Amino acid sequence: MAIIDDVGRGTGWRRKKALGFRALTYVSLIFVVGPALLLMFNVASQAIPHWSWSVLTTVPLGNGGGLENAILGTLVIMLGVLLLGGTTGVLAGIFLAEFVSVNSKGKERGGILRASIDVLAGFPSIVLGYVGYVALAVGLHWGFSLLGALIVLSLMVVPYITKATETALRQVPTNYREGAEALGMRMGYGLRKVTLRTALPGIVTGLLLAESITVGETAPLLYTAGISNGLPNWQLIHQPIGYLTYYVWTDWNQPFPSLHYLSYDASLILLVMIFTLLIGSRLLVTRSQRHSESGH
Amino acid sequence: MSRHWEDRLWRGATRTAVTVPLIGLAFVIVILVVKAWPAIQVNGPGYLSRSTWQIGNLYGGVSHVHGIEIPQGANYGAWPLIAGTLQSSVIALIVALPLSIGTALALTERMPRWIAQPLGFFVEILAAIPSVVIGLWGGLVLGPFLSAHVYPLVANHVPNVPVLNYFRGYVGQGEGLLTSGLILGFMIVPIIAATTRDLFMQVPSLPKEGAEALGFTEAEVARRITIPWVRSGIIGATILGFGRALGETMAIAMVSGSIQGHLANNIYGTMTTIAATIVTQLDSSFTDATGFALANLAEAGLILAVISILVNFGARTIVTRTSRYRAPLGRA
Repeated sequence: MAIIDDVGRGTGWRRKKALGFRALTYVSLIFVVGPALLLMFNVASQAIPHWSWSVLTTVPLGNGGGLENAILGTLVIMLGVLLLGGTTGVLAGIFLAEFVSVNSKGKERGGILRASIDVLAGFPSIVLGYVGYVALAVGLHWGFSLLGALIVLSLMVVPYITKATETALRQVPTNYREGAEALGMRMGYGLRKVTLRTALPGIVTGLLLAESITVGETAPLLYTAGISNGLPNWQLIHQPIGYLTYYVWTDWNQPFPSLHYLSYDASLILLVMIFTLLIGSRLLVTRSQRHSESGH
Repeated sequence: MSRHWEDRLWRGATRTAVTVPLIGLAFVIVILVVKAWPAIQVNGPGYLSRSTWQIGNLYGGVSHVHGIEIPQGANYGAWPLIAGTLQSSVIALIVALPLSIGTALALTERMPRWIAQPLGFFVEILAAIPSVVIGLWGGLVLGPFLSAHVYPLVANHVPNVPVLNYFRGYVGQGEGLLTSGLILGFMIVPIIAATTRDLFMQVPSLPKEGAEALGFTEAEVARRITIPWVRSGIIGATILGFGRALGETMAIAMVSGSIQGHLANNIYGTMTTIAATIVTQLDSSFTDATGFALANLAEAGLILAVISILVNFGARTIVTRTSRYRAPLGRA
């Protein structure tokens, strides 16, 4: 049994302790992986037997219907966050990796910028949602709106994108930048053609992670995006929009089995979307690592 | 310095973008303070210690306190919310930290790469399961199961002594403090475990091999070399997970029982947290025409924001301090 022998040199009591310790590590692994598998099995076993493809092509109606509005709404929100939060986050990451100036003691400036990014990354999302509601929906009279949701969600995911971008850029060897400069490239041109291109896989990974967070968020959307059973129509304000997590939240404890199933259908679609995004980002990382190894 | 428009555009655009988090955060705090101000004035410091959540008589008269209109009988106190937030997050931490370290050790120390890698990736992606989906499972499957089969066993066999008597008594229907804490623990394990695993993989093998050559068992190597080597990183990841647990909203709204007025009677008792209260009460607070209910949610949100900022800075201080004093070779 490769799993239990070879725990080290100890004998007697020490050996028993070492064996027990190893058993404990495997038990913790089971307690972490087991519930997750049970959860996924539960969602699949509730959603799949009643699954009908019309869920993808009809909108909610009475105590049933489908989730077309929510799926399209979630995709629109993802696209919006990619444009708004993605641009902001990547640019901020470029600044932190490439343009931060150094003070007289040789330390990098921008401590307060980094601190604000860290704080925002751990900030309770419901508080952002509350502020989005009172400031944008009520204060600016936008009502429930796509734009309000995008601003709040983008603020939420910018820290993740910024950190991923900064990390990816810092892994680009300094030689590359020096080489670009030695070839007489302008700063902006070198940044585009050499540095950013090399860091691209890392940046895209950060964006995919941010998108997976976006897909699964509920709290900041409830009071900014509102909810709409109609299909999204690209109107930025004065128009609520549907999204998948809403139907999990609102239908889960309803007394109608049809709504109950809709809740599980939405959960299944969410899990499939998120795992696709994350597996995609992982494949990207492995591929880019293979490239960088062959490049050296 | 080159004066080309493109270079200036890069500098200008990135400089603008990097200020967005700071401006956004400042905006959020200012709005919270402004919205909470009437509640802060009326409630006074007693808000932190009172255990009551009376929205008041919305169809009765309006009374004036310090010149602020509030519905008659409105009386708010956030102690149960603050306590509930801290209690559930501490339970989560007690559950998650040993499980995470155990999982990370199992994944890094002896397991063959072809199992350890996919399993590690699986643990990582668990962090991305939406909170509502976890709440759905917690509310419909885990909670009822635990309250039917596990909690009664514990409640009936625990001796009636201080601390442990908290585990005795009515176990409820599965919605409550312990279920919330376990669900939160399940949610923060991937954060702590994935970071800890990465840290363990960075521990150089020489000191570990040296210890083994001196006759250390695997357990002793883990306890005396591997874990101390990356202690500050584990503390940092743990506090990050703690912060995440404090702000977690949807899953708690679905498994806590959402009771505002009092603390959980025992560890199984129904309760709520600040975040869950904001999400479940925002709808009904619109019906308070004086806006006082909304102001109280802002004050609760402000408290949560302050707690999470303090936790964040605490983590930074601990990580820099511990890594300054014990910095073995080869650590990033």
